[in-house]
Amino acid sequence: MSAAAKRAVIAVACGGLFGAGVCISGMTRPSKVLGFLDVGGAWDATLAVVMAVALAVSIATWRVVAAMRAKHATPACGDAWPEPPSRVIDARLIGGAALFGVGWGLAGFCPGPAIVSVVSGATATLVFVGAMAAAMVAIHVVERGSEDEPLG
Amino acid sequence: MHDFTPASAAVGGALIALSLGVMLVTTGRIAGLSGVFAGLLRVRRADRAWRAWFVGGMLAVGALFEAVRPETYDSGARVPLAVVALAGALVGAGTRLSNGCTSGHGLCGMSRASKRSIVATLTFFAAGVATATIVGRLL
Repeated sequence: MSAAAKRAVIAVACGGLFGAGVCISGMTRPSKVLGFLDVGGAWDATLAVVMAVALAVSIATWRVVAAMRAKHATPACGDAWPEPPSRVIDARLIGGAALFGVGWGLAGFCPGPAIVSVVSGATATLVFVGAMAAAMVAIHVVERGSEDEPLG
Repeated sequence: MHDFTPASAAVGGALIALSLGVMLVTTGRIAGLSGVFAGLLRVRRADRAWRAWFVGGMLAVGALFEAVRPETYDSGARVPLAVVALAGALVGAGTRLSNGCTSGHGLCGMSRASKRSIVATLTFFAAGVATATIVGRLL
């Protein structure tokens, strides 16, 4: 199998795992996410459990990455291990995160679960994802030529 | 507590992190979803194939849930459609400006103790709680 084919298989399988994870956890239901974010009503702690378990698994993942990178110059199906995280904490980071948080608190969708939920065909979901995609493209156009900073 | 489902939350959370973890270990990619999706929207970008496969996998499994368990999805929103559109635009712009969302900053970044991701995550959680709580009072 070619490197590109292997990457495709890994990506489609991981996309499937992600889809199953958000569907099973209940994060595809904005009403449930808002049940966590809206602390004024009947509170639902489900999102905190999703985050806590996912964080614990992700911490273990970075340990695996550290062990692998000690043995191998590159990942088995990739070009490079991730760069160390950027240390820049500026208005763009905080302002962007604040805008994201306001949108999240209004609709109860963050990008991953929203994309999966498109399959329901619900008007609100399609409107949300359409507006999200348009805003992403708008930011790209405004900043045309600048490459994305490494994430994390 | 209202509608608390810790068992399915734990299984789902583990699968979400497993997805990000397998991508990271095998390809070296931090596959935060706002970044994966936004990269797919950049027509001139060279590495769109794996992004398309990733999103394709998400949609295929999502469609399976829609067929078997339609209650996986909400049919409406608690705010009017115009506000939903505004929310989508804020999420799209905000995640691009801050280079990450709940999966990228909240999981991949926080779990490697990135100060940048910790600041971003605390900020979007605080803004999310404040916004949802205020909107809840107004409804």
